[in-house]
Amino acid sequence: MTSEEAVAKATPLSRRTARWLDSRLGAAGFARKALDKVFPDHWSFLLGELALWSFVILIATGVYLTFFFDASVEEIIYNGSYVPLQGVEMSRAYASALDISFDVRAGMVMRQVHHWAANVYLATTVVHLMRIFFTGAFRRPRELNWLIGVGMLIFSIVNGFVGYSLLDDQLSGTGLRIAHNIALSIPVGGTWLASLFFGGDFPGPDLIERLYVIHILLLPAVIIALLGLHLALVARQRHTQFSGPGRTERNVVGERVWPTFAAKGTAAFFLTAAVLCALGGLAQINPIWLYGPFRPAEVSAASQPDWYMGWLDGALRLWPGWEIRLFGFELPTPFYPSVLLPGITFGLLALWPFLEARITKDRDEHHLLDRPRDRPLRTAFGVSTLAFYTVLFFGGASDVLAVTFQTSVNALFQAFRIALLVLPPLAGFVTYRLCQELARRDRPGASTEAPRVAPAASDDGADNRRQIEPEDEPELDPASTAGVPRG
Amino acid sequence: MSAYASRGGGRDGDGRDGDGKDGDGKDGGGGGEADRERAGRVDDRAERLVVAGFVTSIIGAVALAVVYIVGGQPQWEGITLALALGGIGLAIAVWARYFMDAEEVVEDRHALASTEEEVAAFTASFEGGQQTLARRGLLTKLGLGALGALGLAALFPIRSLGPRPGKGLKETAFAAAGGGSGKPLRLVDAEGRPIRPSDLSRSSLVTAWPEGHEHDADAPTLLLQVDIEEFRPLPGREDWVVGEIVAYSKLCTHTGCPVGLYQTELDLLLCPCHQSTFDVLHGAEPVFGPAARPLPQLPLGLDEEGFLIATGDFSAPVGGGFWDRGRT
Repeated sequence: MTSEEAVAKATPLSRRTARWLDSRLGAAGFARKALDKVFPDHWSFLLGELALWSFVILIATGVYLTFFFDASVEEIIYNGSYVPLQGVEMSRAYASALDISFDVRAGMVMRQVHHWAANVYLATTVVHLMRIFFTGAFRRPRELNWLIGVGMLIFSIVNGFVGYSLLDDQLSGTGLRIAHNIALSIPVGGTWLASLFFGGDFPGPDLIERLYVIHILLLPAVIIALLGLHLALVARQRHTQFSGPGRTERNVVGERVWPTFAAKGTAAFFLTAAVLCALGGLAQINPIWLYGPFRPAEVSAASQPDWYMGWLDGALRLWPGWEIRLFGFELPTPFYPSVLLPGITFGLLALWPFLEARITKDRDEHHLLDRPRDRPLRTAFGVSTLAFYTVLFFGGASDVLAVTFQTSVNALFQAFRIALLVLPPLAGFVTYRLCQELARRDRPGASTEAPRVAPAASDDGADNRRQIEPEDEPELDPASTAGVPRG
Repeated sequence: MSAYASRGGGRDGDGRDGDGKDGDGKDGGGGGEADRERAGRVDDRAERLVVAGFVTSIIGAVALAVVYIVGGQPQWEGITLALALGGIGLAIAVWARYFMDAEEVVEDRHALASTEEEVAAFTASFEGGQQTLARRGLLTKLGLGALGALGLAALFPIRSLGPRPGKGLKETAFAAAGGGSGKPLRLVDAEGRPIRPSDLSRSSLVTAWPEGHEHDADAPTLLLQVDIEEFRPLPGREDWVVGEIVAYSKLCTHTGCPVGLYQTELDLLLCPCHQSTFDVLHGAEPVFGPAARPLPQLPLGLDEEGFLIATGDFSAPVGGGFWDRGRT
């Protein structure tokens, strides 16, 4: 035994593995930096992480489901163990979804966890988006990551819809029929688009197979790629932080990734997974066996989409029956609420960082987050927008609400239409005044914290850091900050 | 300021995390005996929680295996999975909270933009390569042209995804019944049985199809028996009813949902998807909701055997609108 071998024997296996890898990758420097990275701590920074973990659960349960799902519209006679549907003619897709629910051991729980994870994933994504918006985390240099995030949101909403449309039950078939008509309503190319996507007239013989490829391959690949970029940019640009003692635009104050932040992240993963599994086991979701197989001439009353499609459904209901017809051509009603509105919604959302920079003329780099009250106009606009989509969301449940509260659907419709016009500006106004009031109360008693900017001053583009820096500057090593570009 | 921990200070906990009791050395500092004792009690409790979490997880995992082996049961699978996962989550969360360094570390943020020298070096490299390409300018342009042509050619296979949108949107199987050469088509139920007027009653709503096309997604037809005294047919459609029976397309003119709810007292048809409402007594004109056009009407007749027949196609293309719906 040479002395070298003796040394090797004395080193633990983990170190030897690390050395084996490093001699082939030379990654020790990079890995050390990653472990030592500092991550600011705030409860709201957990929201994006929850979305990430829900997505991981989606992938895990989704892969399991692919082993049993049969994306075929070939008609068969069901003879599985769900008695009420025995002997009924249905597609293989629907039958295999029933089999997953009743005849594959652990299949039901996997299916329900998958569906719950999709809803939670999109919910946490949207709340994460709100956090980014209301704290101004989208400002320079993070506009690119905002765009990536908006892209992920759109693809995720589409993939959620495609996912529950695969099962070929009565509810999903109705949703697809609406989707077909939305495609048809697009001017000039709409009929072509519908025909190419559905492979002919509705329902189209290849539709379920196409949706399947889109759901399990195409969109997940795109979302995973964007997710990787999203996280890489967070690592590259470092996370934002709220202002506070010792926190400046030029430092990051928080915990190291290894082990504290990593441990908290791991805990968050397991707890998210636990909640989703409890929901999947105990809370019934999308009970397709009650809906029956898709029949083009049938529809179940109170058809409701998943929550993230609710605003679109509400818009379709509340938009009045206006149709423009000229020279034999027409612009059908659904075009406005279901093509134009989402276009404007996601277009504005994507462009917001650039619009705001243009309005406030603030093009500086920002790493300190805004408190919503310190940006009353942005906060008011955000709340007003949320009010708009919330009214649409409840408008999408108008029939259910009418039954629940024993009122007429017609009266509810008119109420929702009025609310759609009145509530957003009202909510915006109230928010604006609340922000002003909160900021005003901050001003005299601000001794415990770094002085904050008065709202009137902050809204014109002046930023917090100029207020905070004088206090913090002496503590910084001037040499280390010399390279930071100043706007 | 205390928030400014040194790099070395942040590493204090290394190698001692396994034993929770060591942790209090970090928090205490100059604290008295009582403080240290209290910290110790908190640590003991936290450690017990971590142990409880991991033990719960193991129990949950074993229980999950048992549930699976004895035949599986969704609720128990969910609970045991949640215990197995949640136990680990709780244990790690408590561990991280009490036994890991919570001290704040400060790191400098480095400028994101590259230095002027780096940018200049990159520009020089890139533009150097560009000049190499520019020296054979024609070849570069031709190469780009070839790539562009390939890109355009690659679009053509998309055309194979579906047929040219044609008559399918504007016609149903009932079209065979219309025109000079067309022979009337019987209306049948979902099982293919022909329908007599006497099969209908005042409060019922029957869905019918053209005979031989019981699976057509665009042809479902509503047969309704209405109060003929109140009925006001649209001009030119006076003979489209048989007795008291009138037929409309079942597909909503908004987004094509089947209009499945019949409010008999009000003589209104209601679409359950978006609540468009149609007046049965007057050409199924929309009276409420987002639909902009009436449900297309089907001209009805009777054959020699007394079964209901269609004498032509619907009065308009069925379902939601599209760009060239009005063009023939």
